[in-house]
Amino acid sequence: MGQQQRKAVALISGGLDSMLAARVIKDQGIHVEGLNFFTGFCVEGHTHAIRRTGKKKPKRNNSLWVAEQLGIKLHIIDVIEEYKDIVLNPTHGYGQHLNPCLDCKIFMVNKAKDWSEENKFDFIFTGEVVGQRPKSQRRETLPIIARESGADDRLLRPLCAKNLPATLPEREGWVDRQALFDFHGRNRKPQIALAEKLGFSEYAQPAGGCCFLTDKTYAGKLADLWRSRGERNYELDDVMLLKVGRHLRPKPHYKLIVSREEGENRYLSGYRNEFISLESKSCNGPLALLDGEPSDDDIKQAASIVARYGQGRNAEEVLVEVRMKNGDLQELRVRPLAADDVPSSWHV
Amino acid sequence: MSEDCFLLDVRRMLCPLPVIRTQDRIKELVPGSLLKVTCSDPGALIDIPSWCRIHGHEVISTDTIDQEITIQILVK
Repeated sequence: MGQQQRKAVALISGGLDSMLAARVIKDQGIHVEGLNFFTGFCVEGHTHAIRRTGKKKPKRNNSLWVAEQLGIKLHIIDVIEEYKDIVLNPTHGYGQHLNPCLDCKIFMVNKAKDWSEENKFDFIFTGEVVGQRPKSQRRETLPIIARESGADDRLLRPLCAKNLPATLPEREGWVDRQALFDFHGRNRKPQIALAEKLGFSEYAQPAGGCCFLTDKTYAGKLADLWRSRGERNYELDDVMLLKVGRHLRPKPHYKLIVSREEGENRYLSGYRNEFISLESKSCNGPLALLDGEPSDDDIKQAASIVARYGQGRNAEEVLVEVRMKNGDLQELRVRPLAADDVPSSWHV
Repeated sequence: MSEDCFLLDVRRMLCPLPVIRTQDRIKELVPGSLLKVTCSDPGALIDIPSWCRIHGHEVISTDTIDQEITIQILVK
């Protein structure tokens, strides 16, 4: 009777490292399936879907694409609600911006551990590389992830395993430790060389994060949202809208989200029953949503701002249609604000 | 339309949510069922068929009318 085929679950981000790790483990005869978690802050997918720019590139989800290249099943899991607590109350604090990277990794490995137990998988692995990320992938933090996720020594990091104590799958001989790697640090050359050796000619660009919370501008918008509401909380629509358009806060009690192109226009139009919306009627211009409780003067000011971003920016007067949440319409004739009249402090 | 054709409306959702909702709905269906997914994110035209190929389900047809996409899937 042959040896039982072991089963492992991989955290698949869609980037190069998890792709390599999965291929390395699969090549050892392990049955591999992937997990990908959707937090609401994933760079993957949404922005490409909203904006028309770059439409020559196929709009694809890289984690699905990676799974297809590897020939493994991928399960995408919605963790939007559970993830709020990670964003709002990270035990290990934030990175440079509002990125709770260490708590995030602990959370995801913990979810993978639960999934592996429910589905009778033997171990979990990730594409982590010791020393690669300043917050979550340091020599001191990798054991914290294993311990606090509850995965303990069932968590394997194939790309840097030789720099770490042997885990259960290595000790039990389920995987050959000698065929694993000793990558470390931020140098990407070993990964790129391995990709070439394994025949991967295409993969998602290694640079850059996969989460909007690591982005300074995005984190600034989220902090502004919390400040203006007087509480640290959010819904999915809130965090989606922070990815779209120009955000201007002329006064503490209201903010404008002004679309930058046709795709954003279409996306924002889906929110016209939840927000006051403004749109130039006498010339082409953006759609804008108004978030807050504006006075009549505020709405007039908002109309002047919206006119400033349309083709009538140099006109004496622009006709702007204002649609209230209940569908009531009013038209305002306004003078577009000049560029100098939009202080940089308004830009969130 | 077959009596086993189920409908899933994921319009206004952006990927990967249409894929997640499709995945979760298919888990509840028996092999041989047809699922008709209506979406508005053009990314779904790539991602849902990709998810189906990975999991062995068959995309019977895709159709786009006025920015509304319909994907019909045979659950295997």
